[in-house]
Amino acid sequence: MNALSALFIRDLRLAVRVGGGGGIGVLFFLIVVVLMPFAIGPDLALLARIGPALLWLGALLATLLTLERLFSIDQEDGSLDLLLMADTPLELAVAAKAAAHWLTTGLPLVIATPLFGLFMNLNGHASAAVALTLLAGTPALTFIGVIGAALSVALRRGGLLLAVLVLPLTVPVLIFGVSASNAAIVGPLPFGTPFTILCALSLFSLVIGTFAAAAALRHGLE
Amino acid sequence: MRLEASGLVCVRGGREVFSGLGFALSGGEALLVTGRNGSGKSSLLRMIAGLVRLSGGRLGLSGGDAERSIPEQVHYLGHQDALKPTLTVTENLGFWTRYLGGSQPPEQALATVGLAGLGGLPAAYLSAGQRRRLSMARLLAVQRPIWLLDEPTSALDSDAQQILAGAMKQHLQGGGLILAATHGPIGLDGARELRLGAAQ
Amino acid sequence: MPLIDLANPTRFLALAERALPWLIGATAIAFAVGLQQTHGAPDDYQQGATVKIMFIHVPSAWLGMFGWGLMSVAALGTLVWRHPLADVAAKAAAPIGAAFTFLCLVTGSLWGRPMWGTYWVWDARLTSELVLLLIYLGVIALWRTVEDPSRASRAVAVLTLVGAINLPIIKFSVDWWNTLHQPASVFRVGGSTIDRSILIPLFAMAIAFTLLFVTLHIAAMRNEILRRRIRTLMLMQAQAAPGSAS
Repeated sequence: MNALSALFIRDLRLAVRVGGGGGIGVLFFLIVVVLMPFAIGPDLALLARIGPALLWLGALLATLLTLERLFSIDQEDGSLDLLLMADTPLELAVAAKAAAHWLTTGLPLVIATPLFGLFMNLNGHASAAVALTLLAGTPALTFIGVIGAALSVALRRGGLLLAVLVLPLTVPVLIFGVSASNAAIVGPLPFGTPFTILCALSLFSLVIGTFAAAAALRHGLE
Repeated sequence: MRLEASGLVCVRGGREVFSGLGFALSGGEALLVTGRNGSGKSSLLRMIAGLVRLSGGRLGLSGGDAERSIPEQVHYLGHQDALKPTLTVTENLGFWTRYLGGSQPPEQALATVGLAGLGGLPAAYLSAGQRRRLSMARLLAVQRPIWLLDEPTSALDSDAQQILAGAMKQHLQGGGLILAATHGPIGLDGARELRLGAAQ
Repeated sequence: MPLIDLANPTRFLALAERALPWLIGATAIAFAVGLQQTHGAPDDYQQGATVKIMFIHVPSAWLGMFGWGLMSVAALGTLVWRHPLADVAAKAAAPIGAAFTFLCLVTGSLWGRPMWGTYWVWDARLTSELVLLLIYLGVIALWRTVEDPSRASRAVAVLTLVGAINLPIIKFSVDWWNTLHQPASVFRVGGSTIDRSILIPLFAMAIAFTLLFVTLHIAAMRNEILRRRIRTLMLMQAQAAPGSAS
């Protein structure tokens, strides 16, 4: 436990010191959210209808793109070798790193969502609903994205290939996240059903993601 | 404590680098692994560290901690320093001590390698030689019985090489094992040599 | 003292130490005068007292653009004349300009809510101001990413000059596109269209805000110079320790 908390705190420190914490992730989220109305046009009614979906897409891209280098940096400076030689199982190390990433990137996105909802002409209730679904769903995005981060180390490839591999895996999270948001805003479906499935997806990916990522890291060694 | 290997086979990039390799090392003994570049020195060390899969052969440790695997009782000093430039020297060393296990406080190890007083500086401000010294400090602070050193004297000035030689002697006297891949002498007299690339 | 002495960081620090108390006093007085003027200004017959948000909103907008203009001049100083304090001035100005742009957007949003019924519309003036905030934040992120400030300064200088194109777009956006935002009424060809009883408090607040900018900027420049000195001292400390020759 002492070792895991050391790793967690180290990753928190690194995220905060390089480029000001979750700032760059939120900034990217903001830019993506701002880009959509430029493309769609200033039709406020339309923006309000698709606002939850646009916010979810922005959060998805911001999470996945910032995750890509999660393990590559450790591999490049030799830290990954030492992490593999510790008493602590690699799965727990992966979970600790992913948790630190969510805390410094995913959580700021959730907190920024009500503000960015203003740009989509979402009222307070709607923005809060989207923020709540993002709170439940961004852990899923993080732990699925972690698989891509591990693969980019194992395959020594990055960029678009990883996005192509991982993005399809995030589709269920996206579907239920947007569905839950819309259910809260418009109805008639009850909010609870898609929301609990979203929570289940997060818990599921927490387990699958850490084991898959650890396996990818081990088998990618040479 | 005794580390034994027999019939080790290493395959890198589809090419067989070495095969049928064997050695035995007991507590207090050191083994120098020599050979030209590409003969598999680093691969052998990484194999023992568990970072490269054995393509064949056996590796066994007796007399060590039965609960732990071989990689968990080994400390690996590779070409890279595992340093995060934005963390301070003390934070870097303290993290590895907590993660890999070690009872020596970071300040003590830093003082031994001559980096005392630099604990509060970001690691980015250290020179290459000072970063190697910090890796040495990590070696001292994380107390594991088997040391795997990959060209440990490269990028070290003569003072630092003496510090390393002293640390290695102390480790051997305490019953530890050392395997060092090297091109030249590293200050360990009486160590056996394992020459790769020659007929086994 | 010749102006060239300002190029010397040590001399600048000495000058800043002497000037800051006066600047702080001047800013306080200017705000006192400005607030008194705005208090005396008449209410709008439609909006009531909320129109007085304008006395914060408009100067903030001006100073947000002024900040980028200042950064652009500093960028030229870095790239063309290699002035030693140019990048310090640029780095210090970025957060202040970003804060004023943010203040402009927030006050505008709060003002627009009762007037237009919404916190935000995607019209040309608001959008180009938001883009200004985004490029401010981008520049601040760039400063923070590269550890060595003198290396970052050239990249930031180029980015700043490219971003300067946004300033005329903001200024003329309300004229070029049909927008919800009020068209230019202060600085326009043919003179201002606003009554003096509003114009004078507006200028009074603008002067107060400008003094605030200058005070904050000089204090920030002083801090940046001191920060770089600490960094140099740390580097020297590392170089004086054993093993630094390799």
